[in-house]
Amino acid sequence: MEKQEFTITLYTENSVGLIGRISGIFSRRKINIESLNTSPSEVEGIHRFTIVIHESEEVVRKLCRQLEKQIDILKAYFNTDDEIVWQEQALYKVPANVVTEKVYVERLLRQYGASTVVIRQDYIVFETAGHREEIDRLTEELNKYGLIEFVRGARIAIIKDSAGIHEKVLEFEKKEPSHEIVENEYLDQQDNVFTM
Amino acid sequence: MNNTLSKIENEEAKLPEAIEISGSKAVLEALLQENVTTIFGYPGGAIMPIYDALYDYSEKLKHILVRHEQGAIHAAQGFARTSGKTGVVFATSGPGATNLVTGLADAMIDSNPIVCITGQVFASLLGTDAFQETDVINITTPVTKWNYQVTDATEIPEAIAKAFHIASTGRPGPVLIDITKNAQLQLFDYKGYQKCSHIRSYRPEPEIRNEYIEKAAELINQAKKPFVLFGQGVILGKAEEEFKTFIEKVNLPAAATVMGLSALPTHHKLHVGMLGMHGNYAPNVMTNECDVLIAVGMRFDDRVTGRLDKYAKQAKVIHLDIDPAEIDKNVKTTVPVWGNCKKTLPLLTALLKNNDHSEWVEKFRELEKEEIKEVIQDELNPTTEVMTMGEVIKVLNELTQGDAIITTDVGQHQMVACRYAHFNSSQSSVTSGGLGTMGFGLPAAIGAWYGAPEKTVVAIIGDGGFQMTLQELGTIMQFGAKVKIMILNNEFLGMVRQWQQLFHDRRYSFVNITSPDFVAVAKGYYIDGQKISEREDLKTALETMLNHDDAYLLEVMVGKENNVFPMVAQGTSVSEIRLK
Repeated sequence: MEKQEFTITLYTENSVGLIGRISGIFSRRKINIESLNTSPSEVEGIHRFTIVIHESEEVVRKLCRQLEKQIDILKAYFNTDDEIVWQEQALYKVPANVVTEKVYVERLLRQYGASTVVIRQDYIVFETAGHREEIDRLTEELNKYGLIEFVRGARIAIIKDSAGIHEKVLEFEKKEPSHEIVENEYLDQQDNVFTM
Repeated sequence: MNNTLSKIENEEAKLPEAIEISGSKAVLEALLQENVTTIFGYPGGAIMPIYDALYDYSEKLKHILVRHEQGAIHAAQGFARTSGKTGVVFATSGPGATNLVTGLADAMIDSNPIVCITGQVFASLLGTDAFQETDVINITTPVTKWNYQVTDATEIPEAIAKAFHIASTGRPGPVLIDITKNAQLQLFDYKGYQKCSHIRSYRPEPEIRNEYIEKAAELINQAKKPFVLFGQGVILGKAEEEFKTFIEKVNLPAAATVMGLSALPTHHKLHVGMLGMHGNYAPNVMTNECDVLIAVGMRFDDRVTGRLDKYAKQAKVIHLDIDPAEIDKNVKTTVPVWGNCKKTLPLLTALLKNNDHSEWVEKFRELEKEEIKEVIQDELNPTTEVMTMGEVIKVLNELTQGDAIITTDVGQHQMVACRYAHFNSSQSSVTSGGLGTMGFGLPAAIGAWYGAPEKTVVAIIGDGGFQMTLQELGTIMQFGAKVKIMILNNEFLGMVRQWQQLFHDRRYSFVNITSPDFVAVAKGYYIDGQKISEREDLKTALETMLNHDDAYLLEVMVGKENNVFPMVAQGTSVSEIRLK
């Protein structure tokens, strides 16, 4: 089966350590995670992971079953690129003089819809969002003009056909509201502990 | 003195008003509410508050002090497998917790319900490389169904309730709760214990889909050559009767996986043997002859399927499993039947039209004759001077009449025991199937005896595996588990040697293992025993072992270079099974 890009969307409980359990399912099979984003979902109390991998459909289907089996995962979906609306964000740090002196660079940034985030005397930080190929192309071009720093954010994706999913997740939360997460309250109390 | 709070059993332990107790006491109250009677454990610094509280609970909670934490978890597995209850383990932090990892992996792959409670350093010291601190949560994540770290005593009742629910429902598995020492010592307002019956993100049993039941029934009704494979799912679902009714209704031949052994009595007329690498000839060959393959509570392990691209390609596959992730994992399924087979089998049986597959079943018996002639006859009734493992099992069968619980270690003796031991009742075969853990047999037998003390428990162990956990003889000495230990000694790591003989030109690389005087070692632990190497002593020695009032060790010297056959060699198809 041919490998292609898949975006896996997980709806999960907000629990400590879950990310380790999830990443282990990939690393155990020596599958590289191309991109990983974790954030709250549209439903308060339920979190959402967006994971991008390059694999065959058969492997992804099995992976999702293994993921959904985990106690703290409510639902796992996988989609090809044409089934989702997705974006990646990028920040570019470009020498200020290049932008001010080279018309081509200025045009380039405009062409890719880059907006200015910070202006300093020696550098300017631009921000853009789009598909990976677009960001890669802009990076490649800016590299020719002394790009100082570049960082790309993880993919975030909306499933085109997600009405049913939303209803289901909403129902989960309504029926059984999330628990408050219990974090370690004692980490800064080391001096008060006498251990033996 | 008895300071336990629990008065009510099998009910919610709601207290009229909150009372202040320690986290440790809350742990033990939770165990009582979960009907725990036996704990296998080993104390240490980070779990001392729980052990201190246990002092007051010793009348209600029996604690078996093992000699190594690996022994504790294998014992808990044996206990779970023979009692059908959840096995419970206590261990301390750091090395105590890491010593559980092999057993957790074993329980995970063989679906044993286990709850491990580990002590952990004070929450304020987490991440400081404190004495006996390990990141047990991250270490055990891949080998637990769920794990959780408690840093505050108020979390304890709910965490333990969740642990028992998760471990014992759906596809069972091991769960670990790591409790920091401050949480064990902390006093909090205890309002009673509430069992967990539901977690919103956990669906232990998938919804049964009737359309698939109907499709499956249709396929079976049309089948000329249906063949049933059954695994431990039948035992875990407590579906032995439902399974028997199912196969008997339309005369379906059924073969067991290693883990499925004892779910159907060995001598049942439709039991056609064991599947897999060292299974029987007929079921392996017929897998590639049948037209409908019905898998019940088994997961198509590679040791069962051999080469996948040549496995049952001609057959339509019906797969009954409680774990949706198992469907299509290894073998493409025509009709998946999700759910607990205790519920799905009766629904399926009800739709079956009376059919008789006697002629088809007879074909298995014909092939069985071939295996008897080529393999079994010589194994069970050898004409050579040296004893075979098979004949030892044969005599054991004659004496126990298939009523004993058999635990095994891992290796040639395990495969021989699985092939030839007779099982009359369910939950009487305890072996490490998926992980193949050497050292499993002895501690598992101890746990098995506590799980079913009314039964005779025989641990069949090789000379290699016995030396991995023989320290557990100390546990037997101290607590008196009446385990019968039978060491089949071929002076080799036999299974590896067999592979080296067959696939590595007899280059016996480090498989020649020497052993101590096992009988003397046992005597050192005040356990009686004897060693035999002559055939004429075999029956008497086994009788002595079985009739002995306490634990007993019998060492039987068997042929050094005997091989286990039949064999589906790696990379070959099940129908290419070798008889020699």
